[in-house]
Amino acid sequence: MGDLNQAMIEKYRTSFLKEVEANVEEGEWVKMCMQCGVCSGSCPLGKFWNHPPQEIFMMIRAGKREEVLTSDAMWMCTSCYNCVVRCPREVPITHIMHGLAHYAKRLGLTPKNQPTAEFAQRFWNNLLKKGRVNELKLGVSLYFMNGIGPGVKTAIKMAPVGIGMQRTQRMSAMELFGGHAIKDLKGFHAIMQKAQELEALRIAQYSVAPRPTA
Amino acid sequence: MAEQKKLAGYLCTGCGIGERLDVQQLTTIAVREGKLASCKTHPMLCSAEGVKLIRDDIDAGQVTHMMIAGCSRRAKIEAFNFPTVAISRANLREGVIWLRPNTDANRETTQEMANDYIRMAAAEIKFMSVPKSSGQQELNKRILVVGGGVTGMTAALETARAGYPVHLVAEEAQLGGVWNNLYKRVPFRAAAIDVVRNNDADLPRPEDPGIADLTAQINAESLITVHLNARIARTSGAPGRFTADIAIESGSTVTENFGAIIQATDYKPYDASQLPEFGYGKRPDVVTNFELEKLAKEANGAPIKRPSDGKEVSSVAFIQCAGQRSEQPGHLPYCSGFCCTESIKQALYFREQNGADATILFTDMRTPGAAGEDFYRCGQQSMVTFTKGKASAVVQNGAGLKVKFKDLILDEDTELDCDLVVLATGQIPHNGPDPYAQLAVEEAESEEEKAAARLKLENAPPSILNLDYRQGTDLPHLRHGFVDSHFICFPYETRRTGIYAAGPVRRPMDMKQAMEDAVGAAMKAIQAAENAARGAAAHPRVGDLSYPSFRKEGCTQCKRCTVECPFGAINEDEQKYPVFNESRCRRCGTCMGACPVRVISFENYSIDTVGQQIKNVEIPDEFSEKPRILALACENDAYPALDMAAQAARTGNGIELTPFARVIPVRCLGSVSLSWITDALNSGFDGIVLMGCRRDDDYQCHFVRGSAMAAERLSKVGDTLQQLKLETERVAVYEVAITDIHRAPQLINDMATTIEKIGMSPFKF
Amino acid sequence: MMAKREYSFYPGCSSQKGASSSNYLVSAQSVCAELGIQLNSIPDWNCCAASIGYAGGGELPRLTLSARNIALSEQHNPGQPIVATCAACWLSTREAAERLKHDAQLNAEAKQALGEAGLTLKNETPIRHMVEVLIEDIGYEELKAKVKKPLTGIKVAGYVGCQTNRPFGIAGESYENPKYLDKLIEVLGAESIPTYEKKVQCCGGALAFSEPEKSQEMIKGIIEAAYDHGADLIVTPCPVCQMNVEVYQDQINTTYGTQFKMPVVYYSTLMAVAYGRNAKDAALGGQVIPAKKLEGIAGK
Repeated sequence: MGDLNQAMIEKYRTSFLKEVEANVEEGEWVKMCMQCGVCSGSCPLGKFWNHPPQEIFMMIRAGKREEVLTSDAMWMCTSCYNCVVRCPREVPITHIMHGLAHYAKRLGLTPKNQPTAEFAQRFWNNLLKKGRVNELKLGVSLYFMNGIGPGVKTAIKMAPVGIGMQRTQRMSAMELFGGHAIKDLKGFHAIMQKAQELEALRIAQYSVAPRPTA
Repeated sequence: MAEQKKLAGYLCTGCGIGERLDVQQLTTIAVREGKLASCKTHPMLCSAEGVKLIRDDIDAGQVTHMMIAGCSRRAKIEAFNFPTVAISRANLREGVIWLRPNTDANRETTQEMANDYIRMAAAEIKFMSVPKSSGQQELNKRILVVGGGVTGMTAALETARAGYPVHLVAEEAQLGGVWNNLYKRVPFRAAAIDVVRNNDADLPRPEDPGIADLTAQINAESLITVHLNARIARTSGAPGRFTADIAIESGSTVTENFGAIIQATDYKPYDASQLPEFGYGKRPDVVTNFELEKLAKEANGAPIKRPSDGKEVSSVAFIQCAGQRSEQPGHLPYCSGFCCTESIKQALYFREQNGADATILFTDMRTPGAAGEDFYRCGQQSMVTFTKGKASAVVQNGAGLKVKFKDLILDEDTELDCDLVVLATGQIPHNGPDPYAQLAVEEAESEEEKAAARLKLENAPPSILNLDYRQGTDLPHLRHGFVDSHFICFPYETRRTGIYAAGPVRRPMDMKQAMEDAVGAAMKAIQAAENAARGAAAHPRVGDLSYPSFRKEGCTQCKRCTVECPFGAINEDEQKYPVFNESRCRRCGTCMGACPVRVISFENYSIDTVGQQIKNVEIPDEFSEKPRILALACENDAYPALDMAAQAARTGNGIELTPFARVIPVRCLGSVSLSWITDALNSGFDGIVLMGCRRDDDYQCHFVRGSAMAAERLSKVGDTLQQLKLETERVAVYEVAITDIHRAPQLINDMATTIEKIGMSPFKF
Repeated sequence: MMAKREYSFYPGCSSQKGASSSNYLVSAQSVCAELGIQLNSIPDWNCCAASIGYAGGGELPRLTLSARNIALSEQHNPGQPIVATCAACWLSTREAAERLKHDAQLNAEAKQALGEAGLTLKNETPIRHMVEVLIEDIGYEELKAKVKKPLTGIKVAGYVGCQTNRPFGIAGESYENPKYLDKLIEVLGAESIPTYEKKVQCCGGALAFSEPEKSQEMIKGIIEAAYDHGADLIVTPCPVCQMNVEVYQDQINTTYGTQFKMPVVYYSTLMAVAYGRNAKDAALGGQVIPAKKLEGIAGK
């Protein structure tokens, strides 16, 4: 991972914007931001972003690579799409935030213990396993993600929620053992394997850095 | 012509007038007090039948002067169009019944109001006559266009294509003027719609400037005569009969007559040597946006090179608003409006020709024009970097440059290395000297103001039109050297009738806007020539045939009329008597209001037409508790506002007018004679409300200075009141906009409240 | 009986037996039965990755998930529009369909990946939300005609939330103030709250798990505004909204000292009750906070 990051740094030395365009989902839209700030004002978690979207876009253009990719900011996106529908330039801001988050993860630059990053990865792993999400396993793994100590504490705090869900048959302990799955798991895994390979290949292609010859 | 006046009245009882008012009483007053030979009524006077009733009387020779009582003079003007007779209108509908509550308690005062309007209209008509043109006019279709740039070229082409011969006078040796330096122009079109992701497909790109094409069109147009290396040595006359001496290259002069003139002298580039902080003049690689076009032209599609050492530019920074939108001495306080799109265009040169990094440092990106936002998008798509930041300095950095700026989004001081810096500087209007510059020095109220006015006078540019006018050689300025023309309502009209301004001499603008401006001015110039041929007024009293005349025997040669005329219409003869140039006149009556001896009048508007209305209002005695308030309302904004208030009042939104008001429309507050005020006070009016248009630099006055002149004159009315031992609150002057439909009646009602407080006038008979 | 309308149904993970919105599925099926809507499940459908799969999955793998569902639907339920009840399922699937249409490279890659399991993608299928089916295909008039027990006297805050509303939304509705849910509430005989100012407020979505404090602060606002308007219950079309707004009320009460006990139901539950179905068919048993007023009507 570190190598990929280094390769990218060398390849796009002059322009972080170009790096974003090439490697981040919908990244080619970053240049179209006209800095009006409507996105920042529309974000429900805006007050928790150390750099609101408008600023993230400006930082990308200003070449603040490290600061952007290690930021906590895009992990605050709740995917509410408020910014997207309000952006006068129709910039797909939500997707760019998702894309930046994923790219940061790919390069190993995600902040340590970022809860949404952790959760998102567990969610992905969970669905990839059986083709469908196992809510209980996901929940349990989430609450124990910070290690046993805090996990137990969180689990105790969440217990009443779980009990309510169980009582109304909207959570089943049976899920811990097996649970829902698709039938053609083999085919599914083959498809996903291929998709992941193709995506990695595309980014790797872009990351072939022109190394200076001695 | 001195036929006997045959007076008749026509009273419409429709629209509720018959139900709300005692019609018998009204017609009786018209005949007995108003001395009209008759007063016929009709239930719908504006109907074909009603109009025929009037028409038949006119055709039978029974009426030469008529009062029409019914709706406002602003309504049914097509129906009541009888150009051979003099007409006064008593406003019973909007002026009385619609603005008064329909209750028994109000019936008496409402009737009294209507009675007075009948008396007033009957009195007015006796002092009116049908305006006739002087008969001295002739049609001169030739139009003079001054300025050989794109604005002037477009104006010339548009005029010629409408069938009017043009003389196009250009200072330069070739057509194109200041626009000749352009390598490309900002595109004239927006993106096509209805394509997938339409915002970003088919974005407009820089275009050929089109000067050669325009020049070819001009050369092919037989109605256009071009004078190159030429200037105007002298202009005299008036619309329809201008005479211009055109000094041409050989040193000789061509003299031609013109119906109207268009001044399209464009702009001059800002002098960037006033921007030392950006190293202009010291560092050859700091250039202005105007100079960059020359570099681009030289490169002609190949990579643009920096001036210092000829290196191909690999990074360029644009500094927007350089020396603009700033109150610093030597800077332009205004936004030149064209520089944002201009910089986008130039940044695209570098992206396309050099593959260079191009950064535009802006504080506000504004992209007017057809391509506007799409062109901005085009710049973004082409990877021009737009950085919201304010540049503070440009310093040397080895062989290159470093721009220091504050990033306004990230809120940090930072810098940018580049090969070339382009300063987005502004446009200076290429105009003649302000004819009122001397007056401004004399009238300055503070030392600071005086110094500024003197500086302007001393640095006045050479004349362009060399007008042989008593009021000065060129078009009056408004601010910053731009021609005084109303941005929204009458953009091409100047304060010299028949001379129209187009393009950046009027306000800063880009090529597309200048060309659109030229079309408008061409249309106005053609109208002016045609109107002059008929002896009819131009904007805003379009078609009015009346013109001011004066009784020479009463004139004291005080020159107030010649100085105060906003349009420079009045010259002076050798004995300093006024010489009215009727086709320069806009018929505002500011001269009439200025004249201390009341010798100036129009056939259909005079000291008497208004004075007699004031005199014929019935003034109840002091103990009646029925005060009388005179409201003189400008016909352009205040009077329509009252009419609209009346319309709104019908829908029951609580608007009403005090029944003690008597409203008289005036052409402009500038036409108000102080004698009307003193007469009204002397005859027992308790309060006077004067309503004109906004008069500051953002004026709404249709006669530009009329309202301001009036305000100045009326500022002295307090002395008159004190002489009469009356409270100063009895006279109030307001600026009223056409949209003030609640406020306009309220201002008059406020006067009624004031009178309740301070008591009735003691001057009742 | 009217002709059956058939759709290719994408139920989504949370609607499965024993999962968080299994009650949504029950009530939606009751409503569909009443309206003559036949739902044919996409055989062997998989998860859409919702709005949180991006971080682990990236772009192509995430889009490929939806591409597989579309391909399966086109193979097994040809000609039938895909209908989802879950906002995230609908959004992800529709987004994938559109992105693949506009991006040739991604499209080619997704097809290549699907080829690994012998699937082909035509990507010609409309992707619709159940609400669109009800409003556009059935229409308010017919929805009203089916009402047997008008929900008279119940005041309902229509909480539309985010993903049923943005970025696609329901045709003709505004993003800032969509009105269809209020209209539906009125159609069922209940009283709507058109001025409910939190109707499109975010509930935190998936961040209710990872950032509970931040999300619960927003959820508190959603419930509080409903109380301020005198609402008896909140209705929503979105499983994440339903769960987030309903199940954390105790925790919010502990944190903020509030005394929230606001039932949050699906529009389908509301409809099933109004259509005269019993509590079981309306899935009223799935309410963590019981909707007493609806139970009353359903029990009559």
